[in-house]
Amino acid sequence: MDVHSISIIAAAIAVSFGAIGPALGEGRAVAAAMDAIARQPEAAGTISRTLFVGLAMIETMAIYCLVIALLLLFANPYAG
Amino acid sequence: MQASPLASEILFHLGPVPISRPVVTTWAIMLVLGGGSWLLTRRLAVHPDRRQAVLEVVVTAISGQIRDVIGREPRSLLSLLGTLFLFLVMANLSGVLPGVKAPTAQIETPAALAVIVFVSVHWYGVRAQGLGGYLASFARPKLIMLPLNLLSEVTRTFSLMVRLFGNVMSGEFVIGLVLALAGLFVPIPLMALEILLGLVQAYIFTILATVFIGAAIGSVEKG
Repeated sequence: MDVHSISIIAAAIAVSFGAIGPALGEGRAVAAAMDAIARQPEAAGTISRTLFVGLAMIETMAIYCLVIALLLLFANPYAG
Repeated sequence: MQASPLASEILFHLGPVPISRPVVTTWAIMLVLGGGSWLLTRRLAVHPDRRQAVLEVVVTAISGQIRDVIGREPRSLLSLLGTLFLFLVMANLSGVLPGVKAPTAQIETPAALAVIVFVSVHWYGVRAQGLGGYLASFARPKLIMLPLNLLSEVTRTFSLMVRLFGNVMSGEFVIGLVLALAGLFVPIPLMALEILLGLVQAYIFTILATVFIGAAIGSVEKG
């Protein structure tokens, strides 16, 4: 296996495993926000704004993995 | 094989300076936003007509959001953050037009915007607290937090850039792949999702910039 094929496999692994953690985290965050809105509908504006910012923070981890995968595929420093 | 999303296409040279496609798109958006604002605000009246009423709704909504986050009068921040939001909405949605690539899908535009946010955070911080007070705020709550606070200044700017770039670029990438694999009308639901994501990303970028500036001027807890 040369560097190219290893990079392709590594990119797939990076994205697939990197998506698991943020997916679980976002699911928990949305469930908690739903719970909070159901208990206190008048606070829905504040809760959803905070939720969006928090989701963006969590999602960044998945995006980092995506960027790593793209670097491996398109700008690999080790593939000559 | 798609073209690399990390390289940008050079359209023409202006003297020795190469001008790439996102720069030209950004110029067009600047022209539309600047010219549109000039045209729409030429005759402002106390009793607004329909055009001015729509403008007032937009400006009031943005300043209301900023006031909710920082908890004080948003007057001095409105020009920066409002422009940032409107520009990002235009830039993210411009990818829907045929033949146009969203400038935020190349890494240069999010990088430039993140640098603008980085610099203005310190500018507003120094202006609100004075140089000494602002520098001292990095050593809170304890002096031992100083390296982590300094590090977080850099990493949060970086993640601001990567978040916007990654979201917009991956959306366009997926649409391109589905178009190549499945054919003409299949990616339309994905494009609708891309419109929603573009708006959400513009909102998130602006809100995060607001939170960072609010932390620097001392009205929001540092996060």
